[in-house]
Amino acid sequence: MSEEAAIRAEMEQTQQQALTALQTVQNEAELLAWRNAHLGRTAPVMLFFSRLPQFPKELRPQIGQAANQVKLTLEAAYEARRQELQASSLQQRLSSERVDVTLPGRRLPLGHLHPSTQILAEICAIFGEMGFQVYRSPEVESDENNFELLNIPAHHPARDMWDTFHTTRPGVVLRTHTSPGQIRAMRQMAPNPLRVILPGMTYRYEQTNASHESQFNQVELLAIGQNITFGDLQGTLTDFARRMFGAEVHVRLRPSYFPFTEPSAEIDIECFLCGGKGCTVCKGGGWLEIGGCGMVHPVVLRNGGYDPARFTGFAAGLGPERIAMLKYRISDIRYFFGGDLRFLEQF
Amino acid sequence: MKIPLSWLKDYIDLNLPLLEIARLLTNAGMEVEEITLIGLPNPYEQDATLRREYKVSGLSWDADKIVVAQIDEVQPHPNADRLVLCRLHDGQQEHLVLTGAPNLFPYKGQGPLPKPLKVAYAKEGARIYDGHQPGQVLTTLKRAKIRGVESYSMVCSEKELGISEEHEGILFLEEDAPTGTPLVDYLGDAVFEINILPNMIRNACVLGVARELAALTGQPLRKPQPRPQYSGESLAGAVSLEISDPTLNPRFLLGLVRGVSIGPSPAWVQRRLRLAGMRPINNVVDATNYVMLALGEPLHAFDYDVLVRRAGGKAPVIRTRAATPGEKLTTLDGQEHTLESYTILVCDEAGPLSLAGVMGGLESEVTPETRTVLLEAASWNYVNVRRTTTALHISSEAGYRFGRGVHPALAHPALEWGLENIVAWSGGEIAQGILDQYPNPPHDPLVRISETDVQRLLGLHLPAAQIAALLERLEFTCQVHGDCVEAQTPPHRLDIGEGLTGIADLIEEIARMIGYDQIPFRRLSDTLPEMRPLPHLALEETVRQVLARQGMQELISYRLTSTEREARLIGEQPEQAYIRLKNPLTPERSVMRRSLLSSVLEALEKNARLRNRIACFEIGPVFWPVEGQQLPDEPQQLALALFGQRLPSTWNHNNNEAFDFYDLKGVLEGVFEALHIAVRFVPAQRTGFHPGQCAELYAEETCLGVMGALHPETQARFDLPNTPPVLAAELSLAALLAHTTTRRETRPVPIYPPVLEDLAIVVEEELPGERVEAVIRQAGGALLSDVRLFDVFRSQALGSGKKSLAYRLTYQSMDSTLTDAEAAKIRQRIIRRLEQELGAKLRS
Repeated sequence: MSEEAAIRAEMEQTQQQALTALQTVQNEAELLAWRNAHLGRTAPVMLFFSRLPQFPKELRPQIGQAANQVKLTLEAAYEARRQELQASSLQQRLSSERVDVTLPGRRLPLGHLHPSTQILAEICAIFGEMGFQVYRSPEVESDENNFELLNIPAHHPARDMWDTFHTTRPGVVLRTHTSPGQIRAMRQMAPNPLRVILPGMTYRYEQTNASHESQFNQVELLAIGQNITFGDLQGTLTDFARRMFGAEVHVRLRPSYFPFTEPSAEIDIECFLCGGKGCTVCKGGGWLEIGGCGMVHPVVLRNGGYDPARFTGFAAGLGPERIAMLKYRISDIRYFFGGDLRFLEQF
Repeated sequence: MKIPLSWLKDYIDLNLPLLEIARLLTNAGMEVEEITLIGLPNPYEQDATLRREYKVSGLSWDADKIVVAQIDEVQPHPNADRLVLCRLHDGQQEHLVLTGAPNLFPYKGQGPLPKPLKVAYAKEGARIYDGHQPGQVLTTLKRAKIRGVESYSMVCSEKELGISEEHEGILFLEEDAPTGTPLVDYLGDAVFEINILPNMIRNACVLGVARELAALTGQPLRKPQPRPQYSGESLAGAVSLEISDPTLNPRFLLGLVRGVSIGPSPAWVQRRLRLAGMRPINNVVDATNYVMLALGEPLHAFDYDVLVRRAGGKAPVIRTRAATPGEKLTTLDGQEHTLESYTILVCDEAGPLSLAGVMGGLESEVTPETRTVLLEAASWNYVNVRRTTTALHISSEAGYRFGRGVHPALAHPALEWGLENIVAWSGGEIAQGILDQYPNPPHDPLVRISETDVQRLLGLHLPAAQIAALLERLEFTCQVHGDCVEAQTPPHRLDIGEGLTGIADLIEEIARMIGYDQIPFRRLSDTLPEMRPLPHLALEETVRQVLARQGMQELISYRLTSTEREARLIGEQPEQAYIRLKNPLTPERSVMRRSLLSSVLEALEKNARLRNRIACFEIGPVFWPVEGQQLPDEPQQLALALFGQRLPSTWNHNNNEAFDFYDLKGVLEGVFEALHIAVRFVPAQRTGFHPGQCAELYAEETCLGVMGALHPETQARFDLPNTPPVLAAELSLAALLAHTTTRRETRPVPIYPPVLEDLAIVVEEELPGERVEAVIRQAGGALLSDVRLFDVFRSQALGSGKKSLAYRLTYQSMDSTLTDAEAAKIRQRIIRRLEQELGAKLRS
C-alpha cells in the first residue's frame, strides 16, 4: 500500500469513528465533549495537518485537501447533530410543559360597580348626549318642594300616589320622588332654557316585598324652553328606549295622571324579551311599564319661575332598578340594597 | 273599578270585540288591568295570532254544552234525603238531573211545577268550575253513578259558572229565559277591571266609562232617565234640613219612601252588583249601591222611623256640620270612632247619624224591620272626606268617591233614580216632593283655548272647529271664535281648572281623544342650555372606577338605620342629632345614617359569615342636621373596608395572608394617585379604631378622613371574629374635590440610563419611615428621581429598639449619563444627612 493510500485509509477510519461516536451523543454536554475530541486542537483530524510535512511535497496538497474534507464533513455532521439535539430538547421541554387548559384560571379579584350605578350611568350617558346634564338635589326635602310646589296640595287625592316617610321635623319628608329637584333646577336656571337629568335615591313608606322597596332610585328628565312639545317628549323617549333596549323597540305613551304634568302618560316599551308576543316578564301583556312622563304643568312652571304662557316643558321619570330587573331578570328588588355580595358580584 | 259589559250596553251600543274595547279604554287613560270572562269566548283562544296585550281570565261557556233549561218537576231521590232529582228539559230532550241544591228543596215532591224553573244546565263534557273546591278550579263533567242513580249533567250555581263565589244553591234565571238557548247567548258577559286615575273619579261608574266610550267611538250615549212616581203623602213637615257650612256641604237632597218591605233584590240586580264587585245586602241598600255604581254618586238610606224615635216622635231635623273634637259615632260596621273637627257629620237633634260622605251610623241603618226610608243624596268637601277616611282608616265606596270629588249636580238624578229603584224593588210609595238645598254650586269653568295653545303643547295643528268637536264628544259646550274655542265644562266633572291650568286640562282631553300615538314624534330642537361643569360627578366616577379596578365591590346600602346600629362603630350612643322618622316602618330603620362606614361595616358583617375575603366600598350621602337649618347637610362620603384573605386561594396556590393596614393604605394611595392629590397619613387616635393602626389623611391642611384597623372591641360589636382585622376608612368627597386640580405637569421620559443603588440604614424603631424618605429626597436633590422602600428588617444583631430600612434609589439626569462618581457624591450627601439629622447608621 502506498503511503498515500495508507493515510487516506486512516483518514477514512478517523472520519468513520468520529461519525459513529456522534451518533451516540444525546445531549449538549456530550456534544461539547465530542467536539473537543473530534474537532479540537488535538483531535485526530487536526493531527493530519501537523503530519503534512512528513509527506512528499507533491502529495501534500491532495492529502491536505483530503484532511480538510474530513474536517468539513465532521463540522457539518456536528452542526446537523447540534440542531437535531436542540430540536429534540425543545420538543421535550414543550411536551413536559403541557398544561390542562380546562383547569380553572388564577384570577385577580375583580371589583364590580353596583347594578344601579351601572344602569344610572348608562341612562345619564344616553341623555347626556342629548344635552341633558345631571342635577343633584337633596334626599331629605321640604314638603313644599316635594309636594306643594309640584301642584300636590295637602289632602289632594293625588297624595295617595305617594306613601311618605315624614320626619320629626315639621314640613320635612324623605323625598318620595326626584321631582322636587325640578323645582330646585328651575329656580336656579329660570328664565334660561333648561335640560337636566335628576338621578337619585327616593323613599316610600311601603312594606317591602319582592317588587316593592322603601328605598329606590329614580331618574327624572326635565326640559324647558320655548319650543318644546309633547312630540319632543315622545321622540326623546323613543330615542332613549332604542339606545337602551335595542333599535327595534317600540315605545307607547299611555294616558295617565300626575299632578305635576299635563298631559301625563305612562311610558311602556314593547317587551324586549318576547318582542311583544307575551311572556312571564310582561305578564302576557307584551308591554313593560318603565316610567311616567308628561308636559310640565303650568302651575309647576310658574312655581319654578317660568312664565307658562311663554315656556313649555316636559318631564319624565324612570326607575333604574326596575330597568335593571327587566334587563337582568332580577326576581327580587330587595337584592339591590341588601348588600349581599353573592348578588352584587354578578354585575 | 269593575265594569260589566252588559251594564255598559244599557247606555251605549257596543258591537266591538272585547280587546278593542279594552284598547280604546287603555289608550284613553282607563287602563284595563284584566278582562274577566263570564261565559263569553276567550279572544286569545279564538285567534292564537292575536298579540296578548291584556290579561284575560274567567270561564268561557261552551255553547253546545251549557244551555238554558227548565226544571218541570223536582222529585225526591229514592236513596238520599239530601239530594233531589230534577225532571228537566234542555230544549231538545228531557233529562233526570241529580242535585243537592238547597234552593230546590221547597219544590220537592210538588209534582209538575206550574211555572217551570229556568236554570243553567251543563251537559256531559262541559267545562265548569268545581263548586266544592275553594277558588276557581276547572273541572270537566263526567258520567258517574251517585247513590245508584246515573248522573252525566248538572244544574249550575253561580260559582260553577264563574259568575260569583255564590254556591249556596243553583242559579235561577228569569222566567222568560228561552229554554234551549246557549247560556252564553243569554247571560254571557265580561267584566273590565279598570284602574281609575285620581283625576278621573268621574269614571268610577258605568255611565262614566260609557261616556268615554261614546266619545271615543262616536256612538250616542243613552243616559238613564229616572221618572219616579211621587204619589205618596207629601214630604212637607216630615223632615227638615239645615246646612251649617256650605263649603263643607254644598248640596243636600232628601226623599222619602213609605211602606217598603225589606228583602232580597231581584236576581239580576244581585248579579250585576256581584259582577261589579259589591255584595248584595237588601233591596233598599242595593238600590243605593246600584245608583252609585251606575252614576258615581253615593247615596245613603236612613231608617226614617229611627229618626222619628230619636226626635221624640216629632219630625226629625237633619243638620250637617263639622264634628266637635272628641265627638263619637259608631258606624254601621260596628266600629266606634272618636272624631276631629275636619270630619263632616250628618246629624239630627239627638246627635250624629253618619260620617258624611264616608259611612252611615249603626243606629239609623236600614234593617229588615225598616218600613220608611229617608234617602240622602249630597255633596261634600273632598278634603274633609279624605282627611276623615285617612285618619280613621275607613275604606268605603262612598269615601273613595267623595274623597276625590263628586260633582253636586249628580245628586239630583241620583236621588230620583234611587227612589225609583227602591219602590221598584221594595214596594212602597214615594212621598211627594223632595228637599233640595244647594247653597254652594260649583263654578264650572269656561276655558278659552286656541289653536296656538294646542300647537305649543302638542306640536300639532288642529283647526278650532276640530278642537271644539273633540271636546263636544266629552259633553263640553263649545263656541268657536276664529282660532279660539270657548269650552264650557259639563256639570259632571270637577277636574277642569281655570285659565292656563284649564288649557292644560283641555289639551290632555284633546290628546286622549285623538290618541297619543297620533301626535307626531320629533327630536328636541329647542335652544340648548349652557353646559355646567360637574367636577363632583367626575370625581365620584374616577373614585368608583379606581376602586373597582383594585378589586373592590361597590355597595349601595339602606340609608335608613337606627342610632343603636350606628353606635356599634364607636361603642356608645352618638351625641349628634339625627334626621328621625315620624313614621318608621321598623325601629331598625328609623333614622337617616350619619356614618357611611357604619353602612359598609353592616354589609361586611352580613357577608363575613359566607366568605373569607371581602373588599367593598360605598359612595353616598350621610345626613347631618344643622342647627337653625330646615334641611340637613348631605355630604357625599366614601367608605371602604377590607377583611380576610388578601388574595383568593387557588387550586395550585394557597394564599393565606390576611389583609393588613398597608393593603388599605395601598388602595387609598391608588385613589390619590388617580386623582393626583398628595396625601399625608398622620398617626391618630379615633374611637372605634386600633390605637396603633389608625391614621388621619391630610391634603395640605385639610383632613380628608380616617383609615385604619378596627379596634378588636369594635369588631366584636359587629359580631366579627377577633382576627383577621377589618381595615376601614371613611373620607369626605367634598374635601377630596377641593384638592383635585384640572391642570398638572407631565414629566418627560428620560433618554439617559439611570443609576440604581440600594441603601440600607439602621434607625430608631420610633422614627417614622416618612421622615427618613423625606431626608433622602431632600439630600438627593433633583438627580434623585425615585426612592422606594423595599425592606424593613429587625433582628437581635441590630439591637432592640432598632430597625433597618432598605431603599432602592434611582439617580437620573435628564441631560447626560450619570457617572459612578457623580452618583457616589449624591450618595455620600444622603448618608451624611441621614446620620446628622436622624442618627441613622449605614448598615454594612
